[in-house]
Amino acid sequence: MTDQIWIQLLLLIGVAVVTVLLTRSTADARHQAIRRVLLAAFVVVTASAILYPTWLSQLAALVGVGRGTDLLLYGLVIAFLSFIATSYRRMKQQDRRITELTRTIALTQVRQEQAGLPTSASQGGHSTGTDDAGAADDATTGGRQTRGAADHGEVGGGIERPDPAQPPGPDQEPDRP
Amino acid sequence: MPTHDDTWLVVPLYNEARVVGEVIAGALPTFGHIVCVDDGSTDSSAAVAEAAGATVIRHATNLGQGAALQTGIDFVLTQTGARYLVTFDADGQHQVSDAADMVRRAREEDLAVVFGSRFLDNRTKAGLLKRIVLKTAVWVTNQSTGLRLTDAHNGLRVIRRDAAEGVQLRQDRMAHASEIVLQLGRTRLPWAEHPVHVLYTDYSKGKGQSLWNSVNILVELMFK
Repeated sequence: MTDQIWIQLLLLIGVAVVTVLLTRSTADARHQAIRRVLLAAFVVVTASAILYPTWLSQLAALVGVGRGTDLLLYGLVIAFLSFIATSYRRMKQQDRRITELTRTIALTQVRQEQAGLPTSASQGGHSTGTDDAGAADDATTGGRQTRGAADHGEVGGGIERPDPAQPPGPDQEPDRP
Repeated sequence: MPTHDDTWLVVPLYNEARVVGEVIAGALPTFGHIVCVDDGSTDSSAAVAEAAGATVIRHATNLGQGAALQTGIDFVLTQTGARYLVTFDADGQHQVSDAADMVRRAREEDLAVVFGSRFLDNRTKAGLLKRIVLKTAVWVTNQSTGLRLTDAHNGLRVIRRDAAEGVQLRQDRMAHASEIVLQLGRTRLPWAEHPVHVLYTDYSKGKGQSLWNSVNILVELMFK
């Protein structure tokens, strides 16, 4: 038993470190609860496998697997596959968020450009910021916006703007003569 | 003078600076309203498109053609009063005359969607391998959408406003071509296919859908 004490110590420290790392991440309540239960089971199983190596082999024999290490390997494969599955799903969710974010920025930007407001992309100057700023400006600057839109048309090589097929954005509506 | 005043051309744009100017200049006399969705191009595509006379929307980062298309659709629905939108490729493989014919047909026959199909007549010259790939894509799409189309992954489509409102693409990359068919089919609005000529220039061949890309499409369709 004494010749195993160092490796047992090292492995137990490793388990402790992983446990601490895993408890620190946050997610929604249910997932967090499930992960904590699994984590507790993991700690118990791993610690007993380290302290009583024969126990794992007995469990393996019970379910018809030759050696305890084989059982460990199978467990690892399953854990790894579920890790791939969950991280793929998480990556997809993150992609969706990036898409939504990028789309919102792009549409806001073009709305500002068409309203004649400077945007960081078109003028390199300071951005007027949010839609709210545009809406606040509206009451007094309807004329300026139309002029700005016409400027945009000239830059674009002579498309007429504003035009009947392209009604003003909602924040321009009240100023329409 | 543009004749299609209630129609917007939606052009997803990604690194096509060499051709997009010509494409827009060629389409402007027919379609006065063109919106290019620049999908984070690393070349001067957006500037070229703007100089040619298109409205340009810029994605801050590259998301994929499906995402660009959806942004264009959102723009047309929320910031214009257009009745029709036409999805049109930036690489010059579509004919403006085909697009105009399709819009005319949508008006005359009261269709909500007109899909372009390169396999309804013999104008399009596609190689054997491309034919096999496209036909496979058509088959898979038909299995999953319930529509019976003769062509899939054809970027030329006319979509009426009410049908466009039923489109919410979640596939950012190439699999959106099947997804959009599925979502348009679900609107239960009248649709038709229209023969179009897809021109395979050396330029478009260089960046067209390879066999590898079709593998990607199938994988993306299976693991949504």
